[in-house]
Amino acid sequence: MTGALANPRLLRALLPPVSLILLLAVIFTIQPRAMSYLGLNLMLNLALPIALATIAQLCVIAVNDLDLSIGAFVSLVACIGATILPENPALGLAALAGCIAVYAALGALIHWRNLPAIVVTLGMSFVWLGAAVLLLPSPGGSAPAWLSAVVKLRTPAIPFAILASALLALLVHLFLMRSSLGVVLRGAGGNPQAVRRAGWSLLKTKMAMYALCGFFGCLSGLCLVGLTTSADANIALRYTLLSIAGVILGGGEFTGGRVSPIGAVIGALTLTLAGSLLTFLRISPDWQIGAQGAILILVLALRALVNRTERRAA
Amino acid sequence: MPHPTAAPPPGTPFVALAAVAKSFGAVRALRGVDLDVRSGECLGLAGHNGAGKSTLMQVLVGNVSPDEGRFTVQGEDVAGRLTVARARQAGIACVFQELSLCPNLSVLENARIRHASLKGFGWRGRAARLITRTLDEIFPGHGIAPQALVSDLPLGQRQMVEIASVFAQGDHEAPLRLVILDEPTSSLDNSVAAQLLAHVRRFVSAGGSVILISHILGEILSTCDRIAVMSDGRVVDLREAGAFTRASLVEAMGHVVSHEAGETLVSAEAGRRGAVVASATTPKGGSIRLEARRGEIVGLAGLAGHGQTSLLVLLHNAAQGRSRYAAVTGRVAFVAGDRQTDGVFPLWSIGGNVTVRSLSRLGRFGLVDPAREKRLAEEWRTRIKIRTPDMDDNILTLSGGNQQKALFARALGSDAEVILMDDPMRGVDIGTKQEVYALVRAEADKGRTFIWYTTEFDELKSCDHTYVFRSGRIVAELGRHELTEARVLQSSFEGEAA
Repeated sequence: MTGALANPRLLRALLPPVSLILLLAVIFTIQPRAMSYLGLNLMLNLALPIALATIAQLCVIAVNDLDLSIGAFVSLVACIGATILPENPALGLAALAGCIAVYAALGALIHWRNLPAIVVTLGMSFVWLGAAVLLLPSPGGSAPAWLSAVVKLRTPAIPFAILASALLALLVHLFLMRSSLGVVLRGAGGNPQAVRRAGWSLLKTKMAMYALCGFFGCLSGLCLVGLTTSADANIALRYTLLSIAGVILGGGEFTGGRVSPIGAVIGALTLTLAGSLLTFLRISPDWQIGAQGAILILVLALRALVNRTERRAA
Repeated sequence: MPHPTAAPPPGTPFVALAAVAKSFGAVRALRGVDLDVRSGECLGLAGHNGAGKSTLMQVLVGNVSPDEGRFTVQGEDVAGRLTVARARQAGIACVFQELSLCPNLSVLENARIRHASLKGFGWRGRAARLITRTLDEIFPGHGIAPQALVSDLPLGQRQMVEIASVFAQGDHEAPLRLVILDEPTSSLDNSVAAQLLAHVRRFVSAGGSVILISHILGEILSTCDRIAVMSDGRVVDLREAGAFTRASLVEAMGHVVSHEAGETLVSAEAGRRGAVVASATTPKGGSIRLEARRGEIVGLAGLAGHGQTSLLVLLHNAAQGRSRYAAVTGRVAFVAGDRQTDGVFPLWSIGGNVTVRSLSRLGRFGLVDPAREKRLAEEWRTRIKIRTPDMDDNILTLSGGNQQKALFARALGSDAEVILMDDPMRGVDIGTKQEVYALVRAEADKGRTFIWYTTEFDELKSCDHTYVFRSGRIVAELGRHELTEARVLQSSFEGEAA
């Protein structure tokens, strides 16, 4: 009986890495030169900020909410990183800490007033965007030199983006999936009543998860501005949808506290590579967004198939 | 080791309630309850749905604060100050009727949710040992791996995990003194339920206290030392268990039940007549084919989780399209047993929950006619006696049994000719059951067909024909005159080393 049950679980866990490997295989066949340190570095250059934003989204999805403001938030952090941070590091860090506190407060508000997270975060996305425009009305600014140095670090053998993504996946996995605190945080997504009855505070778990989302959002914004060296208020708006797609691609569910940090990071890498693949296929930029959507639908359809086998096995 | 250490002398009150009252809005759930639970006793609590049992338990574990009255734990007044954490400190824990496990976590991770002391380095190993040890002690031969995800376990095993994680005694925790079991056996099959009741006796004889809430009267009568009967938010009777009989217990609950009612309604002919409206084979093979004829009540028996629910789902799917295994002629309706997952629409009104299956009939020009919808809801409110002031109230304002009645009303009020029932009487009081049995029989006589999966033997007596399931196959077929508990049990266990 366990063998039959392990099978769909294995499928679910295997889907993200298999889609990543397939995508890489296609890219390497079309463009063998991509199979090098330089090629991987170029293709996965922007993967790390997307992976961080995906992990941020995962924290909120784990407690059955959805953050529609993460793209705008990452943009704001990038703007802070390109304007305040180089001139006044203390003030810059304080601003970032303030942002995380606002995120925790949002979690508290959503829990207290029992508000739909989608509505609150959609509203907040305009607040974040407005703040970013106020801070940086036209594209510009410059990232602190140390930040660029860190994210453009040339590691031997394996590009930094891959190493950092792997480390991120591992650390978040250890915290959320293996630690005793992570169990309570995920439990709050699985059956909030049960967690409350066992004497845990749902308010605290929600605040913690939103604060974590803010924290990873900050890392994502800083990483992004370090790579691009200058910022723009609209720089990361597409991260909202990318991050949600990454979590789901990685084996997570919208409800029920089922998430997988390792899968989510792999999902983020896959989505980044999908963009490169389309360029290699010489698909005109007019069609690229649509083609990216088609790839997403394909992989999510595979996910739906996995879900179906799971249900059949149950 | 769920045995309390340093147990006080048996017989002293551990928890005492005096004139405890609690209202939720206009509903007075408790109207002055006087009750004490002594150390070293098992107190039975009986009463029909909505009598206030669940609210009383929520008060005892600190989830609900009483409006008035005195509430002492070991002589210390805790009224209005008891929280979940403090109740746990005092050694009070509860197995809730609606399971409180996180389905996305594994068995050992759920143990961690219950036991805050399981943390730090190596907590997974300790949690796995704790839960396995307790499962082994209460349910020998349970076959549950601590790493298994709860969502992969059948309902019965989930209930075993829930019970074990409450009885588990962590290393640095306050000793467990009072365990409240709210319908603990509703999803367990008989042999496992017997293991649990034996453990309750062991726990009690070691000086602990247990409050056992159950609608299975035999269980209460055989396990408990004293029995309290609740009705309308009060304790109306409290005696030694020996002073009760099945009949007097039912009488005290305020329902007059005629035991022979089922027998007198038996149709005279023993042979099966009428057109076959539903037939199915189990996908796992097996030689016996299930057949249900017009106007029949067909029972599905066997141990919990042996393929009965899957067969019902198969039949339901067959009505909508073709199926390799099943064929159904006519429209079907499904009465869910697991209310929370596939029964109620939690955000809808009671009326909306009742009429949803019939909306296509209630329409006019493609829009739902609110007057006709209301009429149908009101009709079933009176026919099935749903206890609510207003059918427009949210479905969750109802007690569990009344929610189940609304689900019955949904199926019976529809145009369905075949009604599939997935152990719908779980945790429903005996009065409601008798009402529903009579209704089912009356509807069957009008030509409807019922296919009824049940875990209670008594319910099979209402069936015209019974199929016994084992390991996903139909292993026996019993007509009404052949039905005995021994034969059902024999078929359920055959081939297994008992």
